[in-house]
Amino acid sequence: MSLLVFVETANKNYKKTAFEAVYFGSKLSEDCHVLTVGNHDNIPTLGQYGAKHIHVANADEAAQSDNQWLSKVIADKASELDAETVVLAHTAIGRAVAGRVAIRLKAATVTGVAGMPEGKNFQKQLFGGKAIATYTSLASTTVMTLMGNTVKPEASEAGAEITVFTPEALSPAVKVVSVNKVEGTVPLPEAELVVSAGRGMKGPENWSIIEELADALGATTACSRPVADTGWRPHHEHVGQTGIAIRPNLYIAIGISGAIQHLAGVNNSKVIVVINKDPEAPFFKAADYGVLGDLFDVVPRLTEAVRNFKS
Amino acid sequence: MKLLVCISKTPETTAKISFTEDNTAFSKEGVQFIMNPYDEWFALVRAIELKEKHGGTVTVINVGTPDNDIVIRKALAIGADDAVRVNADPASANFTAHQVAHYAQDKDFDIIFAGKETIDFNGSLVGPMVAELLDLPFFSYASHLEVEGDTKTITCDVEGGIEVLECSAPCVISATKGLAQQRIPNMRGIMMAKRKPLEVVEPVDVSETEKITHLAHPEGKSGVKMVDPENMEELVRLLHEEAKVI
Repeated sequence: MSLLVFVETANKNYKKTAFEAVYFGSKLSEDCHVLTVGNHDNIPTLGQYGAKHIHVANADEAAQSDNQWLSKVIADKASELDAETVVLAHTAIGRAVAGRVAIRLKAATVTGVAGMPEGKNFQKQLFGGKAIATYTSLASTTVMTLMGNTVKPEASEAGAEITVFTPEALSPAVKVVSVNKVEGTVPLPEAELVVSAGRGMKGPENWSIIEELADALGATTACSRPVADTGWRPHHEHVGQTGIAIRPNLYIAIGISGAIQHLAGVNNSKVIVVINKDPEAPFFKAADYGVLGDLFDVVPRLTEAVRNFKS
Repeated sequence: MKLLVCISKTPETTAKISFTEDNTAFSKEGVQFIMNPYDEWFALVRAIELKEKHGGTVTVINVGTPDNDIVIRKALAIGADDAVRVNADPASANFTAHQVAHYAQDKDFDIIFAGKETIDFNGSLVGPMVAELLDLPFFSYASHLEVEGDTKTITCDVEGGIEVLECSAPCVISATKGLAQQRIPNMRGIMMAKRKPLEVVEPVDVSETEKITHLAHPEGKSGVKMVDPENMEELVRLLHEEAKVI
């Protein structure tokens, strides 16, 4: 049975989540089709991650911001291929189009899938990680979004057949005014290593020790809700229930007590390290490794140890 | 402006989660229910603010059984004008979206709001599904919204930043933190809510597309291993050799 993966293009390139989705799709189906918007030089790399056929919608990549248009392009391609599964990454775009595509295809939908499906059974976490649900698809097609870090893509030498097609014109209902993204760092949902800090930091002027540790590890920085609310750190760094949910390989929580709302956003991390001077901090119960001590002593020491290890 | 806000009832954030005997549904026993925070704090309050500024009406819609009326009355107490309850226990986002779209299809709402997700099923699906069923633009994870005449300027949260979009057509918006500030209903609001209209309508048939066949608790952590704060070389060694994450 054929399968269709949609991958987002970002500055004529692909993010890690795109390769994960393609790799995941290729493990589910021998007949793995990939849909991408905009023709550019990086398209063949999708073949290395398992795409057999790549369908290039000849349109400007900014068109991806119009989820009404994008959903129609994805659903039309899925119908044409008679795809059994449509795979999207669990990103802003993926979440916006999954439900739309499912309605168009009268398909089942499961967002936030966190493992390889077994037949028509798809697993996802509910309640911010407090439960794991198995959804069984009752429809001939299933649309799903894949959580980041679910698979570890491996590149091969394989190539793919590339076809360019012209999709229907863009509806004029939505206009992009501006896009403002942090450049140069790995966005939190894609980060494998995350260093996160909270109120225990006492003030934004102390953040250099966090940045130095993140830099030594090659990690992305994050923060707790009170820290984002008081403006110590930008809103897009806020992880937790009202912020973003992440599942890195390593989450280091520094000076964060571990309120349930915070844990809901991070408790799927593979390994959690908690650094806190309060032995009663609830975060220790959710941690794999704990360090009881003053973060202003411990963090620079850890940075030093990481640097020595790396060299 | 004519505004519709989709509200859902969810277990409260800190609720202990247990399942029914066959592990296919959440047990309601001993669980306190609330209005889904994204619906209440951000979607509903922003809709009320827009009404206060531009005039118009705010209708709330809920798909649920009669015990949901308490949550609906709270939305009316916060400031919605009237309410509709579709009388059914919602089986899925697909079911709920069809009910909302069926109700809204001939009523010319300027904006239909939903929360970015419910805190129980974490699906983020009702908003985009309603938009697709009504053939409207959809704005996901909106953290800011301004309206001037017909033009809506919407800031959406995306990975590592924001995207600002403009739309002059009616649309569906899913709300996240930043869109508004939580409002606590006052006594006058609570009294007035009792007299505001709450219409109950019967559901339309929707064919099932998926269902939950099993629920389980995640495997807990085996316990925290404490590391001497003086010996961070040991932590690095454990992360490398034991946890294998660096």
